[in-house]
Amino acid sequence: MSKTTGTKGVSRRTLLKGTAGLAGLAAGSGAITGFPYVKSADAKVLRYLGTAVNEGDDISKQCLKDTGIKIEYITATTDDVTKRVMTQPNSFDVLDTEYFSLKKIVPSGNILALDARKIKEFDNITPVFTKGQTPGGKKIGGQGTAPWKVLYLEGKDSKKFATSATEFVTLIPTVYNADTLGIRPDLIKRPISSWSELLNPEFKGKASILNIPSIGIMDAAMVVEATGKYKYADKGNMTKEEIDLTMKVMTEAKKAGQFRAFWKDFNESVNLMASGETVIQSMWSPAVTKVRSMGIPCTFQPLKEGYRSWASGFCVSKGVSGPKLEWAYEFVNWFLSGYAGAYLNRQGYYSAVLSTAKAHMEPYEWAYWMEGKPAEKDIKAPDGSLLEKAGAVRDGGSYEDRMGGVACWNAVMDENDYMVRKWNEFIAA
Amino acid sequence: MSEEVLQQASPGLIPGSGTARAAKPTRLSPSFISWLQAGPMMLVFLAFFLIPLVFVVIVSFWDYNEYQLLPAFSGRGYTDTFEGCLAQLPDLCTIGKTYLKTLKLCFMVWAITLFIGFWVAYFLAFHVKSKTWQMGLSLLCTIPFWTSNVIRMIAWIPLLGRNGLVNSGLVKTGLINHPLEWLLFSEFSVVLALVHLFTFFMVVPIFNSMIRIDKSLIEAAYDAGATGFQTLVNVIIPLAKPGIVIGSIFVITIVMGDFITIGVMGGQQIAAAGKIIETRVNALQFPAAAANAVILLVITFLIITMMSRIVDIKKEL
Repeated sequence: MSKTTGTKGVSRRTLLKGTAGLAGLAAGSGAITGFPYVKSADAKVLRYLGTAVNEGDDISKQCLKDTGIKIEYITATTDDVTKRVMTQPNSFDVLDTEYFSLKKIVPSGNILALDARKIKEFDNITPVFTKGQTPGGKKIGGQGTAPWKVLYLEGKDSKKFATSATEFVTLIPTVYNADTLGIRPDLIKRPISSWSELLNPEFKGKASILNIPSIGIMDAAMVVEATGKYKYADKGNMTKEEIDLTMKVMTEAKKAGQFRAFWKDFNESVNLMASGETVIQSMWSPAVTKVRSMGIPCTFQPLKEGYRSWASGFCVSKGVSGPKLEWAYEFVNWFLSGYAGAYLNRQGYYSAVLSTAKAHMEPYEWAYWMEGKPAEKDIKAPDGSLLEKAGAVRDGGSYEDRMGGVACWNAVMDENDYMVRKWNEFIAA
Repeated sequence: MSEEVLQQASPGLIPGSGTARAAKPTRLSPSFISWLQAGPMMLVFLAFFLIPLVFVVIVSFWDYNEYQLLPAFSGRGYTDTFEGCLAQLPDLCTIGKTYLKTLKLCFMVWAITLFIGFWVAYFLAFHVKSKTWQMGLSLLCTIPFWTSNVIRMIAWIPLLGRNGLVNSGLVKTGLINHPLEWLLFSEFSVVLALVHLFTFFMVVPIFNSMIRIDKSLIEAAYDAGATGFQTLVNVIIPLAKPGIVIGSIFVITIVMGDFITIGVMGGQQIAAAGKIIETRVNALQFPAAAANAVILLVITFLIITMMSRIVDIKKEL
């Protein structure tokens, strides 16, 4: 305001502004009554603890749009997720974790089993989880903590896994995959068909294995069995002698300089492979895709001994009840309704309910990812970046072939404590 | 601010001044004021260091199973850790090998950072005359800290890797036929990365000690006919000792507990005391992790005690 007009006189304009402001203030503070009160501001929020696998921004945005539930991601490594469930069960609502950690989580009593009857698509969940076979009827290897062994609890508050189907489900299945070795075909220049190649002296100083004991030991066991040195009764639940034997084979290889490095995190595995430091190593599917998207040839090599598989799913913290529990059911139902499943399938993972995911994918995408057919068009990642050119075929082929070829599952052994100590010894050797 | 103003503003804060007491009798005794001054730090120390440490020691004597801590006395964390140490003699057991390796890396890093750090500090303190340049150059030493730990370490891979800059350069010049494998994921690369990171912790305290050396002492030594080397050994090094010891404590304590740098640069194939703790924590075996933490603490403490035997830091400061 300029000095000439003076500040004492109140003009019509400022008066209007002032009253409008006051009215707004009154409305904001709830002073104006008589209007129907809409409780729209009370957002539905779920704190979601999990590893990065299922946690896409696109998924949470779509979920908010479809259901009004706001997902707050708490991202941690597999080990840290378990640690958090044990030590801070009230710091999350929905838990997304792997089946093998259930052997630790369920006895702690910190999670709430979900009611199968409230999951709309439960009967459409792939038989991989419920029966241990593919939709085509192929029997899946059950060594290790296979999901169907730990899928049901005996009762609502039971800490015992049920041997037959009950309505109390430990984890509602969401995502799973079959893992194998990643190789650099351009540097190896010959076909690779067995896990035993990991210890082949031909690749001395160019091999790698992952340094997460519970997963690394399974890869090691696949290798030992492939070399013909020993046949395990159950790779996922070794005796002390079997652990000693496995670690002895791996220690000898390590001392002979077989391994370039061990990796612990997704990006490390990508770096090792992309830089050519390693040419053969344990790997995860999206890591292979990432190396390939850098323009570097990398194959997720199917091997005759089969795949090592893993699976994860949803449950809720024991502290969740009332409306929050209803939102959790709403969220899980939404997650299985197709959008998220298609999103996961397009990354090379598999979704738990195949029918709904199929409805959300283009027929050519489904043919490439799930049926093992050559791509009719360019295959794109969920973010739109090019993954494969038209004509490419997925490593390992169809869902039936890949899941049907699973030999064992990630596991927590009864002798876990002993195994971890031996793993430390292996690193120190 | 003059002393009088200070006294008026906060009577009793200057215990030595008689005039203040005469003017306004102090209600707080000098010793109480000292406690008050040291108090906040002491409380922080108590709450965030001593009490957690006591918990670590207590938990290290607990038992555990797959999913929980069992608060019953058990030496299992310790006996498991030293498993096979007697049976495997004369070979070293896991924990023995691990500590031998950790101490070896620690000694190498300490010796190299001390050597480099000493001469960088010497250059800054005695050869750089202007204060501005001294400040500017010491800030340059902090460059390694401008990026995150992980990025800094990943950056070594394109440099030292099999197809990295160094190897491809050497192969091109014809000095070697095959790439050198030991440049990366080896003890060499671990020591290199640690030295790169922690030399700064040596430079600062040594520089701080050196800058306080009275220049006339050096002139006196020169006038008395001492050579440059004699001056260094008899005047500068003894007077820079507190800085050397403080820098050494920094470097040794950090390297003893490190597992990230050793893990990434050693390709996860080199054992480290900190790595054992990490593996145990990740397997939810907290008492075993706590026991290993106590062992690490005791060993590090012994090293530091030995070092402070050589130089009485309290007296020197």
